[in-house]
Amino acid sequence: MADPMRIRVAERDGVVNVRILMSHEMETGQRKDNSGNLVPAHFIRNVVATHQGRTVLSAQWGTAVAKNPFLEFSFKGGKKGEKIAVTWEDNKGEKRTDEAIIG
Amino acid sequence: MKRLSGRRGLRTLLLAAGAALALLPPAGAFSQSAVDEIAKYRQQLQDGNPAELWEARGEALWKTKRGPRNVSMEGCDLGKGPGVVKGAYAELPRYFADADRVMDLETRLVHCMTTQQGFSFAEATRRPFGAGSNRSDFESLAAWITSESKGVTMNVALSHPKEREAYQIGEKIFYFRGGPHDFACATCHGESGKRIRLQDLPNLTEKAGAQLAYTTWPAYRVSQGELRTFQWRLNDCYRQQRFPDLKFTSDASIALTAFLARNANGAAFNAPAIKR
Repeated sequence: MADPMRIRVAERDGVVNVRILMSHEMETGQRKDNSGNLVPAHFIRNVVATHQGRTVLSAQWGTAVAKNPFLEFSFKGGKKGEKIAVTWEDNKGEKRTDEAIIG
Repeated sequence: MKRLSGRRGLRTLLLAAGAALALLPPAGAFSQSAVDEIAKYRQQLQDGNPAELWEARGEALWKTKRGPRNVSMEGCDLGKGPGVVKGAYAELPRYFADADRVMDLETRLVHCMTTQQGFSFAEATRRPFGAGSNRSDFESLAAWITSESKGVTMNVALSHPKEREAYQIGEKIFYFRGGPHDFACATCHGESGKRIRLQDLPNLTEKAGAQLAYTTWPAYRVSQGELRTFQWRLNDCYRQQRFPDLKFTSDASIALTAFLARNANGAAFNAPAIKR
């Protein structure tokens, strides 16, 4: 089971700022280990963020994104106390969803 | 004029590039702008420091019931009373009467793991440093515990004779030259303006350098994708000096930590940080 994300959400003047830290290896599939074998690719493919069920961000990622990625974005129309859910899915089909309350 | 072609052409170009480099100002002028750029890079990374992932793991680990006796570490006394974490790191290493020994954070954690949770010493000290998915409990715990001292002024006491003794031994180790390279910590960290490649080396014999260095560990090392502790920094310095491995929780390790921590007194603790 993957580690939880750290999600911080803050609303200011009707704009909600979301900052997400994800725990993920983000292996490119091009690195070799100590014995010279390729380390298989393992990276986040899809990221979806929803606000009260409405998708506010949807992204397709590849191997160029760093290990333990940090993602920040803003959207309009959120209020304090409402819920944000973020889901990532990687190329091995592993998934993780975490929620945060707009503060 | 002959056209450059193939390998010879490439070599000519490389030679030309070498000549051009020789015309540029000396390394000192380079390093200043590089240092500024590195500082800028750190600033950009500061927001969203992945060290927070280790902090979260460490906090969970602290509160999880583990070990043969199935107890959490919340009864662990880091020097400010059982379970008190806030500001504890800024006063470590310190003398602990229950163990009759000066202990740094890692040693104290091992003490709690063995005396309270019932782990054997070998089990507790199995993995001081993590690699990839093999995470170290110490790195996670250190990340969380140190984060609870962020902004707290470093205040390592030398009131107990054993604390003074550790400090003096640590100082001796710092200046002790040995190993195949006849190296001491002070060889790299005893003068200002030294560097390894582009990394500035702090002068640990000066107040400012000692404070800056000690208060910015643990740190998330971007180049490793790992959170590294001050203990790791010491061990890696030993490796770089081609010294024998610094033994985890040994008196030498604690003494050197005590010396460097005490010299950082007066500065606000500012970690977990992020480094290249």
